[in-house]
Amino acid sequence: MTMWTTIIIASAVVMGTKLLGYLVPASVASHPRIQRVSDLLTVALLASLVVTQTAGAGSAIVVDARLIAVGVAAVLLRFRAPFIVVVLVAAGVAALLRLVGWAA
Amino acid sequence: MTSAAVRSAVSMSLGVAAAVSLYGISFGALAVASGLDFWQTQVLSLFMFSGGSQFAVIGLAAAGAPGPSIITAAGLLGIRNGLYAVRMSAVVGPGFLKRLVAGQWTIDESTAVSIAQTDPKAERVGFWLTGAAIYVGWNSMTALGAVIGNALGDPKAWGLDAAAAAAFVALLWPRIQARQPIAIAAVAAVVTIIAVPTTPAGVPILIAAAAGLLMALFSERSRA
Repeated sequence: MTMWTTIIIASAVVMGTKLLGYLVPASVASHPRIQRVSDLLTVALLASLVVTQTAGAGSAIVVDARLIAVGVAAVLLRFRAPFIVVVLVAAGVAALLRLVGWAA
Repeated sequence: MTSAAVRSAVSMSLGVAAAVSLYGISFGALAVASGLDFWQTQVLSLFMFSGGSQFAVIGLAAAGAPGPSIITAAGLLGIRNGLYAVRMSAVVGPGFLKRLVAGQWTIDESTAVSIAQTDPKAERVGFWLTGAAIYVGWNSMTALGAVIGNALGDPKAWGLDAAAAAAFVALLWPRIQARQPIAIAAVAAVVTIIAVPTTPAGVPILIAAAAGLLMALFSERSRA
């Protein structure tokens, strides 16, 4: 599957899901149980992505500058730093660690 | 009374939109760093228009995951938008075209700003203004980010890979403020650590999703 095909199908799926929500009777999809399960599924997906983005390198788990950057990001989030600050500081930390050669 | 509520909705909408749009720069830059070209990046922001799913696409693409797994992960992350749509249906009201546009703008932020309002008119203003402002801002900042990202060269030297990881932490953070989601996040993380070296690219996230779903369903059963 080419990248273009993937992007178009994935976009159609995500867009279709939004539109579908306007067709479904409110009594079905706004059920609290469905809301809770969906919230928790989102948590599992994001947690998995955190791991692969932080420590994934192909089919290996590695510890490098990203882990330290993510640690700093978590501390910033703990102190309610805005999104953009968290992302920029994480990039800065990783870039600096690599520049001085303390981490790969 | 009504006008004060509407003014407050307007200022909340614009504040949220400014913050999220700025963040679009990092999406654009990270997308080209992960190997997408300018237009592939822009199509994601124009048509997919959902931060979590968009970051999943570029994260998995960078890891070499196959198409079906990328589509599944992006689709699963997009389920919540469908639930937001159900919630926003009454706020948006009838009209095919109106609902079509509303559908595209139904995301975390537009729903959250609308729900935060106390007055029906402010709810509508909050939804539409947040959706429209983020759509314009997110797309223009994505384009800017993609251009900047292309000019930067080696993404690792700028820490862009760490920025992507931090972006997911920032998306996850507000969702793990109670014991149950923390437990599910921990299990999903451990499952992923085990699955990355032992399964093909793109599979770990699906196993983590299945584990999370099982835990969620199990806790619903014990709740009942």
